[in-house]
Amino acid sequence: MGEVLEIFLSASFWAAVIRIASPLIFATMGELICERAGVLNLGIEGIMVVGAFAGWMTVYSGGGLWTGVVVAMLAGMLFGLLHGTLTVPFGLSQHVVGLGITLLATASAYFAYRLALPRVTAPPRIEPFQPLPIPILSDIPLIGPALFSQTPLTYLAFGLVGVVSFVLFRTPLGLALRAAGENPAAVAAQGLSVTGLRMGAVIVGSGLMAVGGAFLTMSAFNSFFFEMVNGRGWICIALVVFGAWMPGKALLGAVLFAMFDALQIRLQQTAIGADIPYQIFLMMPFVLSILALVIMSRRASVPAALMVPFNKGER
Amino acid sequence: MRLEAIDRPSALRLIGFPVAALALTVVLGSSLAMLAGANPFQTLGLILRGAAGSKFALLETLNRATPLVFTGLAVAVAFRARLWNIGAEAQLYAGALMAVLLGTGWLGWPPGFLLPAMAGAAMLAGALVLLAPAILKTRFGVDEVVTTLLFNFIMLLFISMLLEGPLKDPMGMGWPQSSRLIPDARLPRIVEGLRLHWGFAFALIAAAVVWALQSRTTLGYEMRAVGQNRQAAEFAGIPVDRVILKTALLSGGLAALAGFSEVAGLRGNLTLDLSPGFGYTGIIVAMLALLNPIGVVVSAIFVAGVFVGADSMSRAAGVPTYIANIMLATALLTMVLAISLTRYRVRWD
Amino acid sequence: MPPREQAQGPVLRLDGITKRFGRLVANDAISLSLHGGEVIALLGENGAGKTTLMNILFGHYTADSGSVELFGQALPQGNPRAALAAGVGMVHQHFTLADNLSVLDNLVLGTQPLWGARLDMAGARAKLARLAQDFGLAVDPDARVGTLSVGERQRVEILKALYRDARILILDEPTAVLTPQQADALFAALRKMVAQGLSIIFISHKLHEVMAIASRVVVLRHGKLMGEVAVTDTDPRALAEMMVGDSISPPEVRAMTPGPALLELRAVSTPDRGNVRGLHRVDLSLRAGTITGLAGVSGNGQAGLADLIAGTERPSGGEIRLHGTVHAHWSVTKALRAGIARIPEDRHKTGTIADFTLTENAILERYRDAPFARRGWMDWRAARAFAESVIRSYDVRCPGPETRIRLLSGGNMQKLILGRVMETGPQIILANQPVRGLDIGAITFVQGQLLAARDRGAAVLLISEDLDEIQTLSDVIHVISEGRLSPPFARGSMSAGDLGRWMVGEGYARENMAGGQDAA
Repeated sequence: MGEVLEIFLSASFWAAVIRIASPLIFATMGELICERAGVLNLGIEGIMVVGAFAGWMTVYSGGGLWTGVVVAMLAGMLFGLLHGTLTVPFGLSQHVVGLGITLLATASAYFAYRLALPRVTAPPRIEPFQPLPIPILSDIPLIGPALFSQTPLTYLAFGLVGVVSFVLFRTPLGLALRAAGENPAAVAAQGLSVTGLRMGAVIVGSGLMAVGGAFLTMSAFNSFFFEMVNGRGWICIALVVFGAWMPGKALLGAVLFAMFDALQIRLQQTAIGADIPYQIFLMMPFVLSILALVIMSRRASVPAALMVPFNKGER
Repeated sequence: MRLEAIDRPSALRLIGFPVAALALTVVLGSSLAMLAGANPFQTLGLILRGAAGSKFALLETLNRATPLVFTGLAVAVAFRARLWNIGAEAQLYAGALMAVLLGTGWLGWPPGFLLPAMAGAAMLAGALVLLAPAILKTRFGVDEVVTTLLFNFIMLLFISMLLEGPLKDPMGMGWPQSSRLIPDARLPRIVEGLRLHWGFAFALIAAAVVWALQSRTTLGYEMRAVGQNRQAAEFAGIPVDRVILKTALLSGGLAALAGFSEVAGLRGNLTLDLSPGFGYTGIIVAMLALLNPIGVVVSAIFVAGVFVGADSMSRAAGVPTYIANIMLATALLTMVLAISLTRYRVRWD
Repeated sequence: MPPREQAQGPVLRLDGITKRFGRLVANDAISLSLHGGEVIALLGENGAGKTTLMNILFGHYTADSGSVELFGQALPQGNPRAALAAGVGMVHQHFTLADNLSVLDNLVLGTQPLWGARLDMAGARAKLARLAQDFGLAVDPDARVGTLSVGERQRVEILKALYRDARILILDEPTAVLTPQQADALFAALRKMVAQGLSIIFISHKLHEVMAIASRVVVLRHGKLMGEVAVTDTDPRALAEMMVGDSISPPEVRAMTPGPALLELRAVSTPDRGNVRGLHRVDLSLRAGTITGLAGVSGNGQAGLADLIAGTERPSGGEIRLHGTVHAHWSVTKALRAGIARIPEDRHKTGTIADFTLTENAILERYRDAPFARRGWMDWRAARAFAESVIRSYDVRCPGPETRIRLLSGGNMQKLILGRVMETGPQIILANQPVRGLDIGAITFVQGQLLAARDRGAAVLLISEDLDEIQTLSDVIHVISEGRLSPPFARGSMSAGDLGRWMVGEGYARENMAGGQDAA
């Protein structure tokens, strides 16, 4: 047990927690925005793949890192536009369209990757975002290296939670978005466009998911390879439920989840971990997500009109 | 804009939109081929030839279609009752696992008993794998989309663990693969000399059985009623939760047969690359078939043909094989839209 | 406060509005005008075109021809914001409120610039307080709308319009959910508004209300304007003839001697389920040859009682007796076996499966039984024969038994449900809002069938929000309020006002409540 305690007291562990949480936070916020407006976006997994690829590819072909982030976001928004068009005005099944978008986005990224690099086996690396220590704060023992010596994208992820929270609960736009997810008829009766609000939410949310994917290639693994998103999108959907559709709570869930993930990576290298197949550790994130869903199912405050298409003037 | 239901859609609408969807898919595929520097007509020709240009190609397509019929049926049955089983991949591996457990010599029964026992055990395992999310859905209201998706990852890791542990083939030179099935546990070929195993015939029978079940039995009526309108089904006295659980058992069992047939009919052992996403592709197969069990056979052969054809085209023309996935995902999305447009008219007022 | 309108010139003018849906002409060259400080009533049956007309005014539809003029200015078509911005507010029959948001959130929604940096809640709160005082419409601004009563929600809807400085208020069937007393209070508030210069369009099919509140009545029928009269120049009977097209006579009710009790509830309670209020120690007996009417404001336990008798809800206390024997483990199957015919409140959501054929819908409650199924196998020929006989006997207008039921009109759908349950000659009939949303022909047919069943000795429970319907058809009336049931009142023994007092919870025995606390 001493080993476990040691892990918890190391700054590198907490730094890893924050790093692992960052892409999840981007994608979870993206999904949360979509669902708050009433659209379940199962395209998340594929959109993250597209983001990971688009960001990486931009940098690999000579673009700047921030250009990569923007390109990733735009690519994600493009798939968001497709998802939104099919599910909002046309009201198609959000399950089927979402899965279709995931298949399409994933295949598109892989196709483009193979097209750009037909023969490579070892994925080429790029120069990723470097840690940006914040003066003074990063000198605090333990907390400093853990929280304040991260890459800019991580700071952006945590800042994003505040922004999403403020927009949703303190601005007219946020109120309208939430109302679109609760009762679209109320929104329409006040002269607002349900279609516009929901489309906007899906497009912006998809952009954020793609940035989450881009984090993987530009701030974590430094290269793009197949299956690198590896279910993170589905986990983010579980995190939205776990967070009861509140940005702050979802952030908490993402950090908690990242903590378990970082812990299992380190436990594998300890004496305890040596006797247990590593697959058991790798299963943990998925098992935890299912557990989180079961625990939260009873008191879930799901938006009332989630997955309910709205057809203006249906007779 | 808004959508207006059409009482009696015209034949033009019924045929035109789906055809337009397929045309759009082909156009997209051609543009991608052009993007890859290939001649689009040649590329499409190569796909067609690779899928059905020779007896060998055709049989390869039918072999590839076999697991897709099973996973397609699994998805069609579940979606019809509005049970979103996205976990056919996990159920497939559960079935493959049972086939290997029973078929590698542990059970010394003659083939006439061994194969049914393997199939039965596979179905049972697959059914149980889907039963868990179904119970979570009916008892706790946990959305099954996410749980079945997550189960796919858990199952794959579980299989990986077994293949590197207790099930590892001592003769496998360190590769994570199981021992090979004994000859009695292999599905024979339908016609000697032709590379097509009995799994395909069983897939056709399964489709017929599912069709009869859905349209001719009370259980099928219940499943459709629950899927179409849960509230009305409950009001009519249909035991909704029990029907969902039964659907889960059937769907999981069907998906597991895909794993059984792949192991016993084609591969002869279990590896981690047994399924290149047959479970997910089953969703495309089922949706293109409009969830109709007989249609599943046709669409499975179509989808398999695209994959087999794209593989062979990729070798010849150098267009990445992922073009097949793009085209199928496009076909899925455009077809869902097209079907909706046969039933609804877009009005711009 | 908006400025008073000048007396001359209408504030709203609709000119020659025509709207077609396919072959159906929903509005046929309709013109009308509304002046400042005036209340007009828009009278018409279901499907007469009232809702379409209002949807055109609010830009949800664009008219095929015709124009709208507000305060002397042409209103651009197809823009939902235009009418709102010009000062027209609408109170829908089905409230357009978000239940999980607060009253204030619902009020503010869409009133501040969408891209504004911050919501101004303090200003909104002050304005709401002022309005509440001016018009006597008090409501807690921080309450979650989902926790409010139906009457309070309607108040929020009206406040929503006033909050946007509406100078024209349109109310769609506003009293459908109110007791007679609450309706009077609403009228008082409306008169205050009119006194301040607001104009009101009052959509209704209730003649006495129209006579009480409006100064002019505009009658629509089948999408056409049938006429326009001042209330001083007409009477309810004349209005009814204009609305329906010929004189309607109330259904003839023969005197009957009540028979034995076929279904009895003794001190039955059921749990609350979300928005469905449970029952509280209810005693009820449905007797042969009797129509028992259940009056009350919706949301007071009607759904709970209907669910109980339909078998989808189980009692948490008390007992159910059928033909004198107590039934434990109550369920839908039990209710069906006991021969209870169930006409559900919502024929689209619970009564039928939209994409099933008429045949499949006709056997929905009996699909497991012979002759429709044997040992788990369906006999579709028998099912089709049954559907055909229902279609013939109950005059269901449809292309055939293999048609999907979603293509049928509400009336024909209801006839199929009626036929499905009546074919077996049931002794106990649960009719929950059986004529809601139907046109006059279908209403007459359905009510006739219920009366015929009564005359052959069936016990009918009629649940309706329409007090007139209850009073016309019922031999015995119960009132339900907050899950409690009043004693039975014989036909004609109570006025609408008397019933209204019971509807708001007056008169219930004290020991009834005390007993409930003991049980809890």
